[in-house]
Amino acid sequence: MAYIQLPEGLPGIRGAMAFRPETAKPLNELVEILLHAPNSLTPGERELIATYVSSENDCYYCQKIHGAIAAASLNDDEALVKKVKHDFHNAEISPKLKALLVIAGHVQKGGKHVTPDDVENARAQGATDLEIHDTVLIAAAFCMYNRYVDGLGTTQPRDEAMYRERGKRVARDGYVAVSKEYLPAEVTA
Amino acid sequence: MPHISLPEGLPGITSGFAFRPETAKPMRELAHVLLHGPSTLSPGERELIATYVSSQNDCYFCQTSHGAAAAAQLGKDAGLVEQVKHDFLEAHISDKLKALLVIAGQVQQGGKHVSSESIENARKRGATDLEIHDTVLIAAAFCMYNRYVDGLATWQPRDPAMYSSMGEHLATHGYITPSMEVVAT
Repeated sequence: MAYIQLPEGLPGIRGAMAFRPETAKPLNELVEILLHAPNSLTPGERELIATYVSSENDCYYCQKIHGAIAAASLNDDEALVKKVKHDFHNAEISPKLKALLVIAGHVQKGGKHVTPDDVENARAQGATDLEIHDTVLIAAAFCMYNRYVDGLGTTQPRDEAMYRERGKRVARDGYVAVSKEYLPAEVTA
Repeated sequence: MPHISLPEGLPGITSGFAFRPETAKPMRELAHVLLHGPSTLSPGERELIATYVSSQNDCYFCQTSHGAAAAAQLGKDAGLVEQVKHDFLEAHISDKLKALLVIAGQVQQGGKHVSSESIENARKRGATDLEIHDTVLIAAAFCMYNRYVDGLATWQPRDPAMYSSMGEHLATHGYITPSMEVVAT
């Protein structure tokens, strides 16, 4: 049971968002820009960064839902998502994404853990300033979303099909669009 | 030196915001709702939570700018802000705020560190569900802002006058409009 009285039937962050639509609006807009809007990093790559950080923060709901969105964006390759969570250095992803995941992992530990060498290496693999910026901010933002979801003790069902189905929908329609299901119309307008 | 080419002359998070206005917009709006919007917790209390978490995360820019905003909200009591950062249990703040700071400190360590005892204790001191929610989200959000500011290695000047002017601006106008235009003049 959640620590506070959240609306029923909405797992993970959705219950918290429905509880406080005023903060849900910027939270959804931020994740939309970072993970779904046009970018030189693909949605699949960005979802892998979000999934990896959520896994490092041990947030079940976030790593399952973003892992599902990542898989939906990567030809349903669920094995790749698992590999990235547990051993991304040996996963079938680009050297650039590996270098960005190193940065994301350091941000997860704390902002000061990011080193000039990390950034130099990402740049040597072709990462732009904007891609490095967005990687830092995705990792930082998931240190927020993960704490929000676990810190309120939200319900996090063990239901693979639920995450898979919802992952496909978010991958297709984006975060702001699907949030209309559980937020009042005046907030998402 | 910042890790990427951020606009020069803008300290801390304001340089990240100027570099990427698309993400700045919701980040400003979130801070505004949490710290400056209507709430049963006073702006000073909420700024103290933000300052405490930023201090635990060792983010110089954030703890100094929000510490200045807190002081501006609390009759310029910089001594109280220092006391909250270093030993809030002995500070002259309400028992409810102390209980909320315990929760915020647990969130800073990780969401799973929040215990039902700390929630129960906050409730006993009069905290509502909304106040507990906002405390958790303020603490979580500053785990983002702090990592953003330090993870880009932004410029964080040691200039008390700049922070105090920024704090006044934030306390008066909130977070939607940039504070640095005021400071830069």
